[in-house]
Amino acid sequence: MKTIHVTTTVNGDTVEYLCDPRETMLDVLRDRLNLTGAKEGCGTGDCGACSVTVDDRLVCSCLMLGVEAEGKTITTVEGIADGENLHPLQKKFIEYAALQCGICTPGILVAAKSLLEKNPDPTESEVRYWLAGNLCRCTGYDKIIRAVMDTAADMREAS
Amino acid sequence: MQYHSPNSFEDAAALALAATGTTRFLAGGTDVLVQLRADIITPDTVIDIKNIPGTQNITCNADGSWTLGVATPGAEMREHAGLGQDWPGLVEAMDLIGSTQVQGRATLVGNLCNGSPAADSVPAMATAGVELSITNAQGTRRVPVMDIPAGPGRTHLTQGDVISAVHIPARGERGGDAYLRFIPRTEMDIAVVGCAVNLRLDTAGVITEASVSLGAVAPTVLVLDDAADTLIGSTLDDASLDRLAEAASAACNPISDKRGTIEFRTHVAGVLAKRAAKIAYARAQGVTK
Amino acid sequence: MALDDRKTTDFKFIGSRPDRPDGLDKVTGRAQFGADAHAPGMLHGAIVRSPHAHARIISIDTSKAEQLDGVKSVVTRADFAKDLSGEFSFVLENVMAGEKALYDGHAVAAVAASSALIARDAAKLVKVDYEILPHVTDVDAAMADDAPILNDTYADASVPSGLHPNVVRYHDSGHGDVDAGFASADLVIEDSFKTEATHQGYIEPHACLATLGNDGKGELWCTTQGHWIAQKTCAALVGIDTSQLRVTASEIGGGFGGKTTVFIEPVALALSRKANRPVKIVMNRSEVFRATGPTSSTSMDVKIGMMKDGTITAAQGIFRLQGGAFPGAPMEFSAMCAFAPYALENVKQIGYDVISNRPKQAAYRAPGAPMASFAVESVIDELCNKLGLDPIEVRLKNASREGTKASYGPRFQRIGLVETLEAAKAHPHYSAPLKPGQGRGVSCGFWFNHGGETSVSLALSEDGTCQISVGTPDIGGSRASMALMAAEVLGIDYENIRVTIADTATLGYNDVSHGSRVTYASGLATIKAAQDAVEKLCKRAAAKWGIPEDAVFWEDGCAKPSGANAGNFDPVPLAELTKDMGATGGPISGHFEATPEGAGVSFGTHIVDAEVDPETGKTAVVRYTVIQDAGKAIHPTYVEGQFQGGAAQGIGWALNEEYIYGEDGRLQNSIFLDYRVPVASDLPMIDTVIVEVPNPGHPYGVRGVGETGIVPPLAAIANAVSAAAGVRLRHLPMSPPRILRALVAQAHEG
Repeated sequence: MKTIHVTTTVNGDTVEYLCDPRETMLDVLRDRLNLTGAKEGCGTGDCGACSVTVDDRLVCSCLMLGVEAEGKTITTVEGIADGENLHPLQKKFIEYAALQCGICTPGILVAAKSLLEKNPDPTESEVRYWLAGNLCRCTGYDKIIRAVMDTAADMREAS
Repeated sequence: MQYHSPNSFEDAAALALAATGTTRFLAGGTDVLVQLRADIITPDTVIDIKNIPGTQNITCNADGSWTLGVATPGAEMREHAGLGQDWPGLVEAMDLIGSTQVQGRATLVGNLCNGSPAADSVPAMATAGVELSITNAQGTRRVPVMDIPAGPGRTHLTQGDVISAVHIPARGERGGDAYLRFIPRTEMDIAVVGCAVNLRLDTAGVITEASVSLGAVAPTVLVLDDAADTLIGSTLDDASLDRLAEAASAACNPISDKRGTIEFRTHVAGVLAKRAAKIAYARAQGVTK
Repeated sequence: MALDDRKTTDFKFIGSRPDRPDGLDKVTGRAQFGADAHAPGMLHGAIVRSPHAHARIISIDTSKAEQLDGVKSVVTRADFAKDLSGEFSFVLENVMAGEKALYDGHAVAAVAASSALIARDAAKLVKVDYEILPHVTDVDAAMADDAPILNDTYADASVPSGLHPNVVRYHDSGHGDVDAGFASADLVIEDSFKTEATHQGYIEPHACLATLGNDGKGELWCTTQGHWIAQKTCAALVGIDTSQLRVTASEIGGGFGGKTTVFIEPVALALSRKANRPVKIVMNRSEVFRATGPTSSTSMDVKIGMMKDGTITAAQGIFRLQGGAFPGAPMEFSAMCAFAPYALENVKQIGYDVISNRPKQAAYRAPGAPMASFAVESVIDELCNKLGLDPIEVRLKNASREGTKASYGPRFQRIGLVETLEAAKAHPHYSAPLKPGQGRGVSCGFWFNHGGETSVSLALSEDGTCQISVGTPDIGGSRASMALMAAEVLGIDYENIRVTIADTATLGYNDVSHGSRVTYASGLATIKAAQDAVEKLCKRAAAKWGIPEDAVFWEDGCAKPSGANAGNFDPVPLAELTKDMGATGGPISGHFEATPEGAGVSFGTHIVDAEVDPETGKTAVVRYTVIQDAGKAIHPTYVEGQFQGGAAQGIGWALNEEYIYGEDGRLQNSIFLDYRVPVASDLPMIDTVIVEVPNPGHPYGVRGVGETGIVPPLAAIANAVSAAAGVRLRHLPMSPPRILRALVAQAHEG
């Protein structure tokens, strides 16, 4: 199988890789770039654990080929914090215990950050529907929804 | 698997024509990648059409009609200020497909070409009168959306055909559309039944044009002329709604599967038809958006 | 003050809500889960699975796969241990089929190759010749006379004669005279119920990285709820000594009981041994659904008699559980938990463990209890409706209390069921008005909880901080709970304690993180280990002061002389004693190893409001309240999290989750698109009330809380839906087609 050369930007860094056209973006992130923050929970776009943004658009990295990343800008959970300063959502998720096992957390943080960038004042229902593609089996979502709502309120106050 | 990323539809069509084995176009990719991952279909050739100029554009034409690039994801349609004003049912139908993440990639044309009888956007496109441009070696032609589906997983497109644009008619005066689907959860499911209704009223509120379409109740999406006829001339009174529900249920030819039974789908088709008609009617009256 | 006499009110750390120690790793993506490990020279494994529900394996041709460039090893059953018996033999048969494939997805061979893509391609080149046999997947059908026989050697001596060989175990328990009890009742209701199999649905698929040499020494990294059981089982299955296999538990991305056994781990070890390279195997989602352990499906008959005043005179239940192709369906837990909330003079329960052509069931959060509770609490609800009685009052009237002879035998010690019912009655939710189309349901639930083999080791550092090694993988925030309990004993800050999940080479044996045992048993062991260290600290202070050891006690993180007679010395803080411990007698550590037996049972009461669309049969859960006895909440936020998570899984089980098999015996819905777990927009906020009735078997009163929360939801929701729809639902899940069918049937009956 012939591999293809790709140049792209991941979390602000220019990266290059060779990949088989059958490899997903998630495969590339995890196995070629060693960015294992994005998780494969399903491989079919149903669980959201592999969520990343591509040119600021929230997507499942399991539903994108690695070769499609050419020239794009990708952000993963590893790119959310600014150095040692956590993103407000990251802080709030710890504070609220909005995670238990933590396997869905990277995807939910990427998705919630994307929501707050588009809608700084979401209703509970808007948060729930935005995150409907991010399965969490531990929490019953209660503390996750509260953490996102409260982060949004804090960020509105701060801005 | 060969991957191509052509710069024009002519090149895409030529690549497809020359390809051997299984070929898939990659617009959003949300179906192609699932099939690849699940070992259902590993294409020999993938032609990524997203890098063709204009494929992500939403354009409102001078006559009020719309032209959409074939790789426009659902999220762009939902966030577009004007499109949802004109065609809320169509935008909602697209928006119901998958998660926020899936919306970041999924497209109308991909939903159509996947060939699923349960495709949410297809009934809405059918009732809206959407047409598609198809480019092949002979040039580009324009066809109505219902010329594409052939059966579960199949289309009437032939090798070398590539859909190159989506054309949505001008909304015009006193029109409204709606799409509803039934799923067991609130999100993330495939339609058990889908129903689109598009109406136009006269100034007195009498329905002058109607189109009704059902998904997931037959091998392909159905356009129900009989059901539409029950609405024309009415003001959507209870009697006409009951006739609509009867006609919708009568048109069903579903299967029983993991998502629903024959009885359930047949019954719910009628329920959804009534509910969708009420929403479309209110929109046509300008009561709601 | 002796530790075990402490009251449950004057805590400094217990009951506070500090941040979890694993939080930062988990919000930044650097936490290492099962699939996140890499090793130099690592290969990727893939498993060949049967597409047939029941088939004899005639031959397996691996030659084409072996010839593929990049393939380094291929294994079949011949590469595993021979002559295993008991549970190990069932696990091996499940991990790699022998003579027959017993379910759709049953592993029959495996390959390891230099990339995951090559391994997948190679797996497709393994040619298996099958003779397809008749199959059965339904529990009632599997018990019928004409059912295909899966294995005629599995039935044990408990099974009465005359039953089909697919019935492999039988349980019968109870006390009193149920016939006399029914005869004295004002109303007797007998009804039949079914529940479909559900999956734990953890978001992290099974994953492992294995290295094994032909010297019999191995390393295994895997996502598991219990790495000692993984060590023991894997060693047996690949034929090496237990102690030669070191197992490290990764961060675990959810388990809920489903990661208490092994599936891919022995296969990766066998592939590694053959290739002499590390091998990683990661299941895809479809493999998780097809070939790991879902819960049992059930068929149940429950009969209860009641007086007009609500007194239950007798109760009887028959619980038939299908647990896949091997013995082990938790029917005795169904039987024993079914009536446990009630003080009954006459009670009888019967259980059948039935095998069928489905994957081997695994534990799922209070295994066996939710289904039994669904049947029992539905009948109680129906009795309340018919007799015009309040469902909470009736449950209070019959509630088990301290001293009650439990339906499963022993007398209860101090328990908190009545307190949860009183809290439910007083909760604003119970008296809130309902909207049209809505119904309210309540249910009680019970789970035993468990102790199990436990080892904890604790070491103090010179700077006065503490490190703790525990052996129970952290599935719900237990590292935080351990640190809180150790802080309470040692009197040093929570932040000065680091808790690590030790590997199998660095700590004594630990039972699995299951049975709601971790905060109880590892917590008790942590307290005792800390107490052990405190004793040593006191000795150092005694030596320093030149007074007897028993004249020193520990308070607020300091050694203190026990009174004026002991001498007048200033308290010495822990850090002062550890600073020069090397010179005063050597390192100071604490240990505790035991099998604690005092796990207190936990009861819960749930209230739920549901709204049913009468035209489509679709249910929305609009309000939900969990009330449960935690004994003592070490970290209340994590207790709430367990309550909420259990309720959410119960909602999924009640409404939409189910294994759907086709006529061909193949699983129809092996991805999350069609196996419908609740998504964020499906659920309301889940309100919680933590009741604290201390468990006398734990120094701080802890009761495990992880499992009881999934027991009441099935019945509570069924009762709410039945009230909203006006028709009793007896088959879970209450998916829209089932509800609509019930509504239509009722309309026809008129």
